[in-house]
Amino acid sequence: MTTIPGSVAVSSAKPRVRRSSQARSDARLGWVLALPAVLAILMVAFVPLGRAILNSLFKISLRFENAARPFVGLDNYRTVWTDARWYNALRVTFTVVLVSVAVELVLGMLIALLVNRSFHGRAVVRAAVLVPWALTTVVSAKMWSWIYDAQYGVMNDILTKLHIIEKPLIWLANPNLTLWALIGAEIWKTTSFMALLLLAGLQLIPAELYEAAAIDGTNGWQNFWKITLPLLKPSILVALLFRTIDATRIFDLIKVMTNGGPGQATESINIYTYNTLFTNLNFGLGSALAVSVFLVVLVVSFFYIKVLGAQTQGAR
Amino acid sequence: MATASPDRSLTGATSRAANAATTRVSTRAMRDRPKMVLFYLAVALFVTFCLAPFVWTFITSLKGPDTIYHRPIEYLPNPINLVNYQKIFALARFTHSLLNSAIVAASATAVSLVIGSFCAYAVARLNFPGKNLLLAFVLAVAMFPGIAIIGPLYQQFRDWNLTNTYWALILPDVTFTLPLCIWTLTAFFRDLPMELEESARVDGCGRMGTFFRIITPLAAPGMFTVAILVFISAWNEYLFARTFMSEESKLTATIVIAQFEGADVASAYPWGQITAASVIVTIPLVILVLIFQRRIISGLTAGAVKG
Repeated sequence: MTTIPGSVAVSSAKPRVRRSSQARSDARLGWVLALPAVLAILMVAFVPLGRAILNSLFKISLRFENAARPFVGLDNYRTVWTDARWYNALRVTFTVVLVSVAVELVLGMLIALLVNRSFHGRAVVRAAVLVPWALTTVVSAKMWSWIYDAQYGVMNDILTKLHIIEKPLIWLANPNLTLWALIGAEIWKTTSFMALLLLAGLQLIPAELYEAAAIDGTNGWQNFWKITLPLLKPSILVALLFRTIDATRIFDLIKVMTNGGPGQATESINIYTYNTLFTNLNFGLGSALAVSVFLVVLVVSFFYIKVLGAQTQGAR
Repeated sequence: MATASPDRSLTGATSRAANAATTRVSTRAMRDRPKMVLFYLAVALFVTFCLAPFVWTFITSLKGPDTIYHRPIEYLPNPINLVNYQKIFALARFTHSLLNSAIVAASATAVSLVIGSFCAYAVARLNFPGKNLLLAFVLAVAMFPGIAIIGPLYQQFRDWNLTNTYWALILPDVTFTLPLCIWTLTAFFRDLPMELEESARVDGCGRMGTFFRIITPLAAPGMFTVAILVFISAWNEYLFARTFMSEESKLTATIVIAQFEGADVASAYPWGQITAASVIVTIPLVILVLIFQRRIISGLTAGAVKG
């Protein structure tokens, strides 16, 4: 650190030093400026990941602080990847991902197309869109638990009054229903984010294209398929990437609403991992689960980045 | 980068042009009345969809113990009863937690912004070996599932005696908001005209002098946008808070709300208090959203539109 004020002083005293020494001091300054961020990321993300990988090769229980921690090789991974509970967690997670992201894409697109124009009350709509996004997920989970409440919940009341259901449903304790109730809450919370990203993309499409199309006498439907959708493709892919990765990591909502229950009907991979680590205090198996979660997210990311990369390459 | 100036394009000239264009389109579309009615109906439906759950929470929080579990459900609080708010503000656990959340979120925002802006400036303006590696590194963290590292992080913080301190939350909050910080600020810095910096340097201002005197004031709007986003994400954080904080006096608001059931033995089913606490925790967020909606949206979409 001591060299830096010195080098700054030198360069400010003689701004026209040789090019190469300028480049060298720039390179040094670049690394010094980036260092705090790099250190934080190393210490809080990558070192713990390394330790998780290490932990996963041992049998570790925090229940007994001084218990032996024998090396077990890949046994923990064998347990995870042959365990029906892990595959159940994967099924739950990807049901949430596929259904919520697909519904959000359609809803978000409708909303974005709807509000992509100037009208009275635009600011109100913009603020309203941001409310679900900004809201604390834990608060959202509590809100929806109250809405879904079997006895006093407003969901049952409204659906009964509309004659959609005849008797109250037990939303959060029925294994066939609970996951869908959760997905509903997830969709409510995150559709606005999708809509905002798509709207930003829509605003980048030059209006001239639509004017030219109007001269050619195309209708709105044709415009959507021939102009809007192709030009919006990069925005759509980015929005899908963000939301898919985010939905794969779903935790807060499930933890607060159901903690994976009833039984394991809503146990996502993150919930399974967390409870293995901090409820069962099984740090060996838990770490193998954690690393497996990491790999799943990595595969999903790579898939998208490959698709995205191909898309942007094609666009150029 | 030559074609897109990501942040500006949303708030600045391009969006004005787009607005002008959409005005033309919309006036044509709006000429016939039924279509306009249908449009506003759809807008109203959508606004209701966004706000209804929160409005219902607010209504519930204004009900007294005698009306809250009344059946059939009363859709308006009658009479309005503030007992839930009185109860939660008498609860030291809750008031402490609000303070803790505020301290953690504000500190995380400050630290993340300082560290992030240094790094972003380096990426935007300086050539140094390993820059691409650094960016890949930052990108990787944005995809990191927090759950993958929560166990070792717990062990690490326990060994360093950091559990039940604010640092146990500030450190991970900073780390996981750094990607957002670095991306958005890099885009902002790149948009600033290079000439200003060059002339400052000709006048004898060093790199760091330029950064503090020229860049930082010019990028203040961008920094402010990022600060709002980081604050919201730290205020809402749950996973780390739940794992690293166990002492009653150190809990954050998200944990207190999540664990509200059973906290009050007298009322086994304290929905009035839960909804009141939810409203209180949401108020700072709603204020931020109402005042800074444009900034938030431009910040949120900046990284995405850039691709």
